[in-house]
Amino acid sequence: MADLEELYREIILDHYRSPRNRGELESPPAHRVEGFNPLCGDEVVISMVVEGGTLADVKIGGSGCSISQSSASLMSAAVKGKPVGEVRQLISTFKGMMSIHEASLDHEHGVGDGHEFDGNGAEVVPGEPEQIDLEQLGELAALQGVVKFPVRIKCATLSWNALAQGLDEVAAEAS
Amino acid sequence: MSGHGSGSSAAPLNTEALRKDFPLLKRVVNGRPVVYLDAAASALQPQSVIDAMTHYYETTHANVHRGVYATAEESTALYERARLVVGRFIGAPDPAHEIVFTKNTTESLNLVAQSWGRANLRAGDAVLLTEMEHHSNMVPWMILSEELGGLDLRYIPVDGTGRLVLDDLDRLLNGVRVVAVSAMSNVLGTIPPVRLIADAAHAAGAVVVADGAQLVPHAPVSIDQLGADFLAFSGHKTMGPTGIGVLWARRSLLDDMPPFLGGGGMILDVKLDSFRPAPPPARFEAGTPPIAEAVGLTAAMRYLTEVGMDRIRAHEAALTDYALGRLEEKLGSDCRIFGPPAGPDRGGVISLEYRDVHAHDLAQVLDQFGVCVRPGHHCAKPLMRKLGVQATARASLSLFSDEHDIEVLIEGLLEAGRLFG
Repeated sequence: MADLEELYREIILDHYRSPRNRGELESPPAHRVEGFNPLCGDEVVISMVVEGGTLADVKIGGSGCSISQSSASLMSAAVKGKPVGEVRQLISTFKGMMSIHEASLDHEHGVGDGHEFDGNGAEVVPGEPEQIDLEQLGELAALQGVVKFPVRIKCATLSWNALAQGLDEVAAEAS
Repeated sequence: MSGHGSGSSAAPLNTEALRKDFPLLKRVVNGRPVVYLDAAASALQPQSVIDAMTHYYETTHANVHRGVYATAEESTALYERARLVVGRFIGAPDPAHEIVFTKNTTESLNLVAQSWGRANLRAGDAVLLTEMEHHSNMVPWMILSEELGGLDLRYIPVDGTGRLVLDDLDRLLNGVRVVAVSAMSNVLGTIPPVRLIADAAHAAGAVVVADGAQLVPHAPVSIDQLGADFLAFSGHKTMGPTGIGVLWARRSLLDDMPPFLGGGGMILDVKLDSFRPAPPPARFEAGTPPIAEAVGLTAAMRYLTEVGMDRIRAHEAALTDYALGRLEEKLGSDCRIFGPPAGPDRGGVISLEYRDVHAHDLAQVLDQFGVCVRPGHHCAKPLMRKLGVQATARASLSLFSDEHDIEVLIEGLLEAGRLFG
């Protein structure tokens, strides 16, 4: 059960049982975005307020498995109050962490063609390991055990893709 | 339907011997032997099915219906014989004309909606479905509704035990042209009284489409007793290969239906401005059909017939009874099980929730025990909404399933409970 304990680390279970920033913000003024995994029915609803280039507030709604919900909770704690540029960097670092480990797994087991897809069907581009600063991820690094379970990667990235989409939409509205 | 009861006097199955027929059961996953409880998604294949397909490819393969050389004649004969074997398996009165091979159950059901439906329904016509249908017996009618400018889609409700509420059937049937009903729910295991519904539907002037994907592999089914006008099922759920599905249709209906897909093999003649379709079943089999798959399905039908569908049903009904009892005994009220209690109207499909552990997490922990179950909405989202759940973990039985499999399932659920506290 070693792999399982690595997947379900205490910090993940903690965020699953006691999710941070849970709820919804009134929209408008908040921007609302939904992430949906049609295969398994997991859903995440993110309300966000961007003010002066900063993600001033974020709340997480929806329901799903421990990985999708804890990832959303961990994400909310990591991005709240951060400048949008830093948030985007974190999204890219987090998704990079998922794909590096994925690529090394493919190599290890000799399976897969190296093309993995995230929950939205977009190809996850494997990052160069040296570009990914796991230190920067802090508590989020607890989710790295997920990559040993490829089917669950889309659970972990669901909220991150939704957040990225939300930031794009807010930027588009502002321009 | 008689023969679906658990009180069959047929000799019990020797699961220990039967398990030897299924090579995949020899696999070890995460250090544990595979406990396969996902037959409702796809069944495992006995060696005889795999051998039949290998032998076909090694000795006989050629395209059907065209060549005059020896192997082409042989492959055509094998393909057409599959129709007879499959027809006999479900007691079809005229298998040579009434069995259409498709890709899967979904394609069979789409064929009915697109061919029969398009030719016979108009905007405003009523279609009666049930709340427990798989998306594949629901969405084709919704697509047709959009194409025709709006059908009156009605639903037979499901009650708290997972049975259909039939008190209001006559009113629901008023003006209905077609009734599409699952012969066994892929979520709840419910085996509804298709015959009763079909008789009422016929009295109201409607035709009846039965989705047999779950029932046909697990209980004796006879067209005569079922009472439906169309019956769809899949090769891979009946221990045959993927890539082949079956549609049985009453010949009187099939004769008047327009083609579904166009191409080679489904025509009598083609000119630059017109075509004449072939008679059924060729009319509905455009392009090279699943030939090796038909050979594999023939072997699967033989295997199931040899084991005995009445014995399979009796075994799975008894094991369902055992499983429901043991889950209750070991997990108590922490485990919520959906669907009717074990009995004549309950098949070996067990959807459950355990404490507040999400179905995906349950399935992930169970995988560490080698247990294969399916988490999710099982392509029945309207039913899941009705049950008030996002996802369930579903264990489904095969003829080789045994009490040990259930004990490992319970062991895994307990571990999930411990892990998630």
